Amino acid sequence: MSDQFLSIRQVRKAFGPTVVVQEFNLDVKQGEFVSFLGPSGCGKTTMLRIVAGFEEPSVGQVFIGGKDVTRLKPNQRNIGMVFQAYALFPNMTVAGNIGFGLKVAGKPAAEIRSRVAEMLELIKLPDFGNRYPYQLSGGQQQRVALARAMAPRPQVLLLDEPLSALDAKVRVSLREEIRTIQKELGITTVFVTHDQEEALSMSDRIVVMYDGRAEQVGTPFEIYNRPATRFVAGFVGTLNVIEGTIADPAAGVVTIAGGEISVGNRVAGRKAGEALSLALRPEAIALGRREGRDGLVTGTIREVSFLGSVIRVRVDMGGALVSLDTFNSPASPPPVAGERAEISFSSSDMLILDR
Amino acid sequence: MKANRFWSWAFLALGVLYFALPLIGTFEFSMKMRRGVYSLDAYWAVLADPRFQATFTYSVMMALATIVVGVLLVVPTAYWVRLKLPGWRPYLEFVTLLPLVIPPIVIVFGYIRLYNTSSWLPLTGTALGTNILLMFGYVVLSLPYMYRAVDTGLRAIDVRTLTEAAESLGAGWLTIMWRVILPNVLVAVLSGAFLTFAIVIGEFVLAALLNRPAFGPYLQLIGANRAYEPAALAVIAFAITWGCMALIQVVSRFAPRAPTQPH
Amino acid sequence: MTDASAAALPAPPPARRARISFAWVGIVPFLAFAVLFLIMPTLHIVTGAFRNPAGEFTLVNIANLFQPSIIAAYWISIRISVASAFLGCLIGFMLAWAVVLGGLPGWVRSPLLTFSGVASNFAGVPLAFAFLATFGRLGLVTLILRDWFGINLYGMGFNILSFGGLTLTYLFFQIPLMVLIVTPALDGMRREWREAASILGATSFQYWRMVALPILWPTLLGTFALLFANSFGAVATAYALTGSSLSIVPILLFAQIRGDVLQDPHLGYALAFGMIVITGIANFVYIWLRARSERWVK
Repeated sequence: MSDQFLSIRQVRKAFGPTVVVQEFNLDVKQGEFVSFLGPSGCGKTTMLRIVAGFEEPSVGQVFIGGKDVTRLKPNQRNIGMVFQAYALFPNMTVAGNIGFGLKVAGKPAAEIRSRVAEMLELIKLPDFGNRYPYQLSGGQQQRVALARAMAPRPQVLLLDEPLSALDAKVRVSLREEIRTIQKELGITTVFVTHDQEEALSMSDRIVVMYDGRAEQVGTPFEIYNRPATRFVAGFVGTLNVIEGTIADPAAGVVTIAGGEISVGNRVAGRKAGEALSLALRPEAIALGRREGRDGLVTGTIREVSFLGSVIRVRVDMGGALVSLDTFNSPASPPPVAGERAEISFSSSDMLILDR
Repeated sequence: MKANRFWSWAFLALGVLYFALPLIGTFEFSMKMRRGVYSLDAYWAVLADPRFQATFTYSVMMALATIVVGVLLVVPTAYWVRLKLPGWRPYLEFVTLLPLVIPPIVIVFGYIRLYNTSSWLPLTGTALGTNILLMFGYVVLSLPYMYRAVDTGLRAIDVRTLTEAAESLGAGWLTIMWRVILPNVLVAVLSGAFLTFAIVIGEFVLAALLNRPAFGPYLQLIGANRAYEPAALAVIAFAITWGCMALIQVVSRFAPRAPTQPH
Repeated sequence: MTDASAAALPAPPPARRARISFAWVGIVPFLAFAVLFLIMPTLHIVTGAFRNPAGEFTLVNIANLFQPSIIAAYWISIRISVASAFLGCLIGFMLAWAVVLGGLPGWVRSPLLTFSGVASNFAGVPLAFAFLATFGRLGLVTLILRDWFGINLYGMGFNILSFGGLTLTYLFFQIPLMVLIVTPALDGMRREWREAASILGATSFQYWRMVALPILWPTLLGTFALLFANSFGAVATAYALTGSSLSIVPILLFAQIRGDVLQDPHLGYALAFGMIVITGIANFVYIWLRARSERWVK
């Protein structure tokens, strides 16, 4: 418990008969960056609002720094928060916004001034102190919102989809900036997003949420490569799901699209003839034979989409469409729809989805 | 939050009390004409009064004329400003808001002095002329509401695209106005119209000072001379106002949604 | 905005010049109407206030305003207008607050707004009747208080035909007007502002003082100016309520125009000019304060 800085214990939240969060447990270490990832309505924002103190959990507790804050009001928690739609106070300058938390805490003016200057430096907007929010771009406003949240030196930083209102380019640069600042200050951070790319690229750990529950908690690497449930596998990244039948459980032989592949001991103990779903990431499949790959199937190319650095090819394998990515190389011509093609993969990359 | 809700209910209760009492009081009073029992005698007395019928009809006609002239004046102007003269909008808005600032009694005083029998435009010289002057006065009074309603209605539709689409199909100026713009702002126009109706129907100062036989001065006359009839008239007037607002509510259900405003 | 696209539309210079030179023709009817029936009558009054019957410039009319009875009329008018505008703003704000933010159930809102629409337009003569029938000597409330509670309203110095009575009456349209104007403004207060303030450590009071009220301030000021002008120029209610017994400025002017009291039309001009000046000052103060408090808006 000692290095668990933020702890969420058995939290459940219901609005009337609707349960939005249930059996939620999480321990976040000091300085860790954790994302809540899930589709809209999965309860991630509600969970964040419970940590912030805007909602009270129906059951369960929230600890910050070992102290039970479940019944504390938001303004007693010493938390910083950045909202989706900026939420800067329109009647105050940038400096006024950043200094707000210190001002209500009754800090002396000189201290506020120097902290504001420090924060403006941190978000790389040193000359913007006297501007009003409407004079800033969305990305700048969100950086100011970040500075405002950090200025009073909060124990925990909460980010509620802070990037989703911004356009694509700004989103990517700001996401790197947020991560840099977070590491620099070493602040414990919870980040809510529905964008898997954001979650994967920024987080130390990800909590994938679905229907009010934490489906899986793990590092981005674990979440992507070893999804625990079918939902996680489907939600994070693109996935080809291929239906197959177990031919020989003991030998690990599975029939797919007329061919046979070996999945080792992963179907041991199951019955022959049982149906199962196998999943493969597009990047784990290659066009043509490759050294060391044990899975080989023949199909027909149906569709070729040019995505820039990669070319996504959809191959019809005995009725099932499988997407795969090949790198775009100017030297070799792209595949053509209608051609027969062999595709190869390693059966060890193949995920077996049980639930 | 619990304390908040208590105070909210307390405010609301006080508000309801303040607004309900005069209405209940008036209604109760209006039925006391016959000694000892409640009756509708005051209402029958009012409705049977030929002066009531005459002045009420006059004011209704006035209101309708005001609406027609107001719409003809405001809709093309608001449309044109949105389409071609966006720079003029603040000035026009300012002009349309002036009647909220300049007291009506001052405006009508100006009319009396400016358009009297010895002036260059002797509108008050004839009954028809005075009626027209009164109606213009009402158009002025309704300007803030009418212009706002129509301008808001125009904001909800994309005037430029609609106009260009109509032009590309070969529609002329009148066709665009009548077939494209008006139907699209009809709800806004109707809202403005009902509000205008509610304002004009009981208006007193302009009609009294221009000496026209309108409903407002009749109300005042009855009020000065009778006891129970005024209460009955107040109830009737309230019902008319309520009816106008209800109609606004009904028609605004059909309004096109305004695009959300950026903060 | 469509307006922006209008300006951005590329057009060859000659066509553009032609368009500009004719576009203003479209609003000539409206401008002519406004000049003839709004601007000129008002200017006629204003200039008339500075002329003697022979048409020469003079300040005598204005000077004549400074006689005790007229000063008193202005004073009571201003007091009634300030009181009814201030109370209207305050009570209307509380009602709107109760409905929008005070946690009342959603079904309260729509009836309140509809009723406000009705009541804010229920002014003039019928309103006077309603208050006479309720708070007059034989009014419902007067009688109930007397018969049931033994309270003699009129014995306590209350009179519907007075400063207090008129203010009470005017509130019937002032409060709803405030509700109608301030409800959308309160709707515009974003929940995130409140939450952001709260998570930064601000109390509810600090949020209102430092964020909410400054944001609402222009609306509140503007509504106050509007309510002030609204009651300052109101004639019908007061006239039907009090006849000529309560000398407020609009009634004085009304009597003047009718020729009941004075026969000097130029004093009438001066009276009317004084009214314009006062509502003008109210609005000027509003615009000035608004410009100061709204630096943060484009």
